[in-house]
Amino acid sequence: MLAVLILLGLLGAVALWLVGLYNSLVRLRNQVKNAWAQIDVQLKRRHDLIPNLVETVKGYAGHEKTTLERVVQARGAAVNAHGVGAQAKAEGELSAALGRLMVVVEQYPDLKANQNFLALQEELTSTENRIGFSRQHYNDSVMTYNTRTQSFPANVVAGMFTFNPEEFFELKDEAAREAPKVAF
Amino acid sequence: MWEAILSNRRRSRLLIGVMGAVLVVLGFMIGAVADPQAGGPIGAVIALLYWLLLLVIALAGGGQALLLGARARPIGKGDAPQLWNVVEEMTIASGLAKMPQIYVIEEESPNAFAAGPTPDKAVIAVTSGLLKRLSRDELQGVIAHEIGHVKNLDVRFMTIAVVMLASITIISDLFLRSLWFGPGRRRSAKIDPRAQAAILAVTVVLAFLAPLLARLLYMACSRQREYLADASAARFTRYPEGLASALEKIALVAPSMKGVNRALAPLYIVNPLQGLEGGAMLSTHPPTEERIKILRAMAGGAGWVDYDKAFRRVRGGNESCIGKRTLSAEGSVPIREATSEGHTKREMVERIREVDALLGRLADLILIPCACGVQMRVPHNLERDTFQCPRCGREHPMPRAAAPGAAASAGESPRKLRYERTSPGWEAFKCGCGKAIQLSPAFHAPTIRCHGCHREIEIAGRKEVPAGAP
Repeated sequence: MLAVLILLGLLGAVALWLVGLYNSLVRLRNQVKNAWAQIDVQLKRRHDLIPNLVETVKGYAGHEKTTLERVVQARGAAVNAHGVGAQAKAEGELSAALGRLMVVVEQYPDLKANQNFLALQEELTSTENRIGFSRQHYNDSVMTYNTRTQSFPANVVAGMFTFNPEEFFELKDEAAREAPKVAF
Repeated sequence: MWEAILSNRRRSRLLIGVMGAVLVVLGFMIGAVADPQAGGPIGAVIALLYWLLLLVIALAGGGQALLLGARARPIGKGDAPQLWNVVEEMTIASGLAKMPQIYVIEEESPNAFAAGPTPDKAVIAVTSGLLKRLSRDELQGVIAHEIGHVKNLDVRFMTIAVVMLASITIISDLFLRSLWFGPGRRRSAKIDPRAQAAILAVTVVLAFLAPLLARLLYMACSRQREYLADASAARFTRYPEGLASALEKIALVAPSMKGVNRALAPLYIVNPLQGLEGGAMLSTHPPTEERIKILRAMAGGAGWVDYDKAFRRVRGGNESCIGKRTLSAEGSVPIREATSEGHTKREMVERIREVDALLGRLADLILIPCACGVQMRVPHNLERDTFQCPRCGREHPMPRAAAPGAAASAGESPRKLRYERTSPGWEAFKCGCGKAIQLSPAFHAPTIRCHGCHREIEIAGRKEVPAGAP
């Protein structure tokens, strides 16, 4: 009788422990998902900002057609991209195109003094930062989650309930990586 | 940061408990003095109720109460777009669920604090002087530091502690005053007057000690938090220099905030009562210069590991400020580039300074770096012992090689001298014979020979500088 009780107690303890482990994995996975949602929000914010920016720049530097068109094109590609890898690539190209636009802008002092443009510039800087920081936070969350699902004993539970490793959000293109350095 | 958060939770409970006990004992003793027969328990019950009331107030609206005390007003996005954006950026970087409310305090001296009972109800307040003086990167560093406090649950601890501390101080104060101006204690025939006198004496001592005790307890926790928040800021921004140069600017002007409540002081990023309050023991903040040094020593990395390494290098001990589990979970994290705003200008200034310093070295000038960023150049043959920084007024001694140990042999020139390095960069000092000697950043040999008198001078490394030395 006693042995049965002890066995039941042990089983109960193990079950509780497994539930705890499972819940902690779910929490980590949700954290990754939330972080990804945050990146998405910030990327959309940038997409929304660009038409306004292009209009403002056009008013002062209309003949910089190729640069402006490239920004518009890159934005279109980024809006339509699907999947972590493809989106990272498209957004990287958009960053590069914006960087080139900002270099061009340097030659137009009137534009640089425009209040509307200055406000847009602060918004754009902040958006670039937010994208960077949400990417940073996403990657940190993915790292924590992946490390956890791959280390014993959580990996057993992760294997049973298919907790798959998540993909990092990396800017593959070296040019895209350089872009934010350009002087605004 | 698990350990930090867990230990904060534990400490919050301990602090609430200990302060509650202090309050109850204080209440009992004061009650006993007022009425020797039944006063003790009544006093204790009143104190207990008072403690509960305070706890509820602190948890429900502690942040708001503190903001009222600091004369802060809430702002919207339109009032300060850059500040708003920076707070949002740091909220994202830290992964906080909700952006803290932002308040601005109309005040010339730059400073900032965070408060609130939970991360969701957190508030961040900055002074208008801070907004005026800091660049975007620096503002980001300061906000990241405050968000670090929110994320590590420091704000809850601080808010509760501040409210409790203030109340203990007020009660003790009232009691001590009532002894002088009150109606006096009643004499009771049933109780031995000697016992009554003893109770009174104990109560007076306790009333003096309680605020001090509570304050000490609270200080001990508060300094560690500043380091942790600095480490968090470096990690969130991936740019320790932002916070370092912000701290420098704040420390330069800060120590003159008017109308700051003494109890609120530990909340600020840099102690606003600096200079008014003596003694490292009672200080709520680690020395700002040390915090800047640690941030600047984080060569090439912005993660927990990098901060910990810098912390140990600068403080010269082996104790770590970040928990082992956090440290083992990840490696070094790379630093990002500075925001390009004003970048070229700063670069130019740096380059001019470098060339200037080089020329100074050629002319045998002695370089004395000040913590505020000014580099003083002093001719080596100037016969003065201290120099005042023209910008911030700090006093610096003339760096010299001194005789090791026995200072008595000052008259007769000793054979061997000793000089302690104070920084990892270029340094210059005066030999006993008056000749200037330069040390390059790469100089690692244990001794150097003077060109003038050919004496050997022992060069002590930075690690041997005792903790607390400037």
